[in-house]
Amino acid sequence: MIARKKEYYRGIPTAPYDLVKEFLGALIVVTVLVFILSAVLSSPDEPPLTIKQIAGQDPQGFAQTAINELSGSSGIAGYGPPYNNASGSVQEIGPFSPQRWIGVHIPVNTARDYILGPLSQVGITNPALSRALAQYNRAASSRQTAWTGAYTAALSKGSVHGPKLSVPRCACGPVPIMMSMMLLLGQSGALDGQLLTGHQYYRTDYTRPLLFLADAGAVANHAAQFHLIGTQWGVMNETGNYPGQAWLWLYTMFYQIWPFNVAPLATTAADLGPVVAIAVLTLLLMLVPWIPGLNRLPRYLGVYRLIWRDYYRSRPVAAPEKPEAQP
Amino acid sequence: MSLTQKLQHSLTENLPYEELLPAEQPAYVHSYVYLFGIATVASFVLLILSGIILSLFGPQWWHSSNVGHFVNSLHFWSVQAFFFFMVVHLWTTFFQGGWRDGRGVTWVSGVITFGVSILTAFTGYLSQQNFDAQWIAVQGKDALNAAGVGAFFDIMNFGQMYGFHILILPLAVGLLISTHLLLVRLRGVVRPYPPRSEPKETVR
Repeated sequence: MIARKKEYYRGIPTAPYDLVKEFLGALIVVTVLVFILSAVLSSPDEPPLTIKQIAGQDPQGFAQTAINELSGSSGIAGYGPPYNNASGSVQEIGPFSPQRWIGVHIPVNTARDYILGPLSQVGITNPALSRALAQYNRAASSRQTAWTGAYTAALSKGSVHGPKLSVPRCACGPVPIMMSMMLLLGQSGALDGQLLTGHQYYRTDYTRPLLFLADAGAVANHAAQFHLIGTQWGVMNETGNYPGQAWLWLYTMFYQIWPFNVAPLATTAADLGPVVAIAVLTLLLMLVPWIPGLNRLPRYLGVYRLIWRDYYRSRPVAAPEKPEAQP
Repeated sequence: MSLTQKLQHSLTENLPYEELLPAEQPAYVHSYVYLFGIATVASFVLLILSGIILSLFGPQWWHSSNVGHFVNSLHFWSVQAFFFFMVVHLWTTFFQGGWRDGRGVTWVSGVITFGVSILTAFTGYLSQQNFDAQWIAVQGKDALNAAGVGAFFDIMNFGQMYGFHILILPLAVGLLISTHLLLVRLRGVVRPYPPRSEPKETVR
């Protein structure tokens, strides 16, 4: 042991110690434990939701999502940064709003990206669709709004027979043709591929298809079955009763307690509030060594007496403990 | 003295092999409480090994292969073990006042390692390419967007999350664990709290 450490440990008995053996022992024990858990319990793998699935299982809901995206009334259309300049989901605590400060960096135009873009790709092979798209694109925005509004009203009176959707006639211009083709694209699975973000050949960005699924409510509905939603403390588990990210318990707890679960924070900063709280606590944890009072908490709690009980037992009998001098 | 010689001198003084790989320790270290740190490191080794196998065959392999699913299970339960041991290690070190006597930076390196590990696990859950990954992505986006981070760290972008998970963050965690271990070796384990009034402890 170097001189500096010998001085530090003066009066404390030392013992032989095999660090490499300890590491190998720990590695063997943990490996055996993990192998047993893997063999007995396996791991979760619930298949992902696809647009094809939701279009087939709920054609009316799919059409509603599609018309919302076209009309700009969907959740993502009104979200705000980083997708667009709306403000529906912008969070703030007073003047503090990093979301607004950072602005739009992942532009999503729901009408173009989810409806007009995919339809124009197939319009080449479908003259009726091509004419419908041209009519829609030429129309004034007020006329487009009137058409989508009328279609939404008619859709609410629609009927479903298996995967087929029947919508009553309406003064909707070219929108019914567009929505019928959207349903076909959705149910065929083509839309899953078309919405992959990016214009390159190789694509790995699922932002747009995931946002579409989120708008459809499909992901949340499916998650509720597996007890994954926030009020079910979903962060703590995965599908199939497997453990989730249990180390996020404190973060998810903030969503359930005052003042984060009541107005105004629940409406203006539902996520920002817990994020700020956990950031502050993490900083406090990091700076514990230098925070007066907190850095002496272990001394006052006395759990160290359990940890080092053998050491204290083996020391010569000493005067009763006095509180340490403050650093 | 050249920079190389200065480094040599510093390492010889402060971190010779006898300190890097000590063959003796204070007797109180022979306690199961001191095993949780090394158990965390062992779990990390398992994570790296199982992760390498998973990445060898691509991110979709384990969905269609029984062997792949088993390797994924090894990786999944290694994560649970990693965090279990790390959290117990954090609490035992807290109750020991492990930052005393100039060990404040060691404590800080441990907390940062904890934080970066959480981020690594998060990107791992996002890289699963199953329903859990979809759900975590669409849910988590709101918190990250609210913090202004979502614009640059897009958790719905599988390519970005996978790259972070298999390269950038494991490297960061590995470097942080190495730094943490080096700091522990440099200073040695903290002494027990004195049972009676002794010279006051300092945090430098």
